[in-house]
Amino acid sequence: MTTDTLIPDTSVDDKALEGLSGEVIYDEQVAARHFWVHAVKKGQTLRIVDLEGNQAVDLLIYSEEDDTERYSAQDTVAAQGNLFLREGAVLRSNEGRPMMTITGTPVAYHDTIGGACSVESNALRYGHFTKSQHACVENYLKASLPEGRTKRDLVSNINFFMNVPVMEDGSLGIVDGISAAGLTVDVRAEMDTVVLVSNCPQINNPCNGFNPTPVRMIITK
Amino acid sequence: MTQPTLADPIAAKEHARSLGSTVVESMPILPPRADDLPDTVSQDDLIWEETIAAGGYAIRRINRGGRLRLIDLQGDACASFQIFNAEMPTERLNIADTAKVQWNGYFGVGEGKARMFLSDMGRVLMSILEDTAGTHDGFCGASNEALSSAKYGVGEKKGRYFLNTRDRFLLGVGKHGLSRKDVHPCINLFKGVIIEEDGAITPQIGPFEAGREVILRAEMDLMLVIANCPHVMDPRTEWTSTPLRATAWRGPTAPQDDPVRNSTPEAYRAFLNVDDYYRR
Repeated sequence: MTTDTLIPDTSVDDKALEGLSGEVIYDEQVAARHFWVHAVKKGQTLRIVDLEGNQAVDLLIYSEEDDTERYSAQDTVAAQGNLFLREGAVLRSNEGRPMMTITGTPVAYHDTIGGACSVESNALRYGHFTKSQHACVENYLKASLPEGRTKRDLVSNINFFMNVPVMEDGSLGIVDGISAAGLTVDVRAEMDTVVLVSNCPQINNPCNGFNPTPVRMIITK
Repeated sequence: MTQPTLADPIAAKEHARSLGSTVVESMPILPPRADDLPDTVSQDDLIWEETIAAGGYAIRRINRGGRLRLIDLQGDACASFQIFNAEMPTERLNIADTAKVQWNGYFGVGEGKARMFLSDMGRVLMSILEDTAGTHDGFCGASNEALSSAKYGVGEKKGRYFLNTRDRFLLGVGKHGLSRKDVHPCINLFKGVIIEEDGAITPQIGPFEAGREVILRAEMDLMLVIANCPHVMDPRTEWTSTPLRATAWRGPTAPQDDPVRNSTPEAYRAFLNVDDYYRR
């Protein structure tokens, strides 16, 4: 924590800080298409601000103590009996334990079935012409390798501010977002965690409105 | 049954050897034999015949072109899969890509359903060739000890009867020389879910009629772990599971005019990527 450059915004009319209790200990922007990895300790709250609207934030959670325990989309949806992540959702690990809780969000729901885009899945979804485009898995690997984590550590993630409805016949897809500029999601850590984020660089579907933009990360304790 | 007297190693050896011909409901048959292979399949191509116990698991190498037939013998099996590229197990099933690339979250052979299990490297690991079940699940994943204990209780039966899918996966990957980081989001065959408009998950747990079957084709050289434990959203408070039969035989790889390969543009590219991977 101490190595981060803190940019506390003391402006009293900073709407992005509204409703946050506790001391702001971290406040930075993640540039469009970039990655972010940071500890969020038990009891701390991470607020992610969708600065310009409908920017998918691909997020994975690891237990800081033992990173073989990590976020599990399947455990999370099975435990709550619902595919969508709404306010109150408990984000569970592969051992079924609570890692974080969504304590507040004005967005109706967030996705956890769409996964992260990759060069390889882009080739299937759009064509081999996408080979040189940036993708979330590239971000994930760049962020993870210096920390000793590899491809084996990548599993189904959360996509905050992304909309993946499922139709009656099972049809599903990433469609126009239901977020907007300035909307937020607050997640409170229920254990000491390391949070890995790819600020999604996808330009072939509406998950970022075809235009990747920055997001803001605020941690309070 | 009275306990035999086994006071010396010779008696112990004779006792142990007397057990060898024991036949039980759930066990592998070596060498494999099956009297109900499809007419087009020779006994010589049979590579695996095993009935996986309720709560049991199996690990298996199946090469490209191999067919795997699974039969829910008594209507309460749940075949949960971990799938790896055998020569590079960091390549593995990616359930998010599987649904997203196929634009559908339900598995099956019907129009528009997801027929392929895709890897995280843009390749098809397995295809569904036949399916008389129709109830499968790619959303809910594996049961684990925490959930299993909460639902079925703990105590002296723990570890004997209340076996869970994650535990089976861990043992299975361990026997392939892999470890916790290799256990990945899974597919459950025979037990299904329906996703309601508001995202609610309605499980389809049965019990179903006996004998429903699925035939899969390996599109790459694979390492499989198959667990057979109650589905994670099984609403019954009694731990309920029945044996799962697995039969596999050698077969040809997907030809150029294969219906799965040509079913969608995404499938076509996934098979192109497999062809490219083996172009060496």
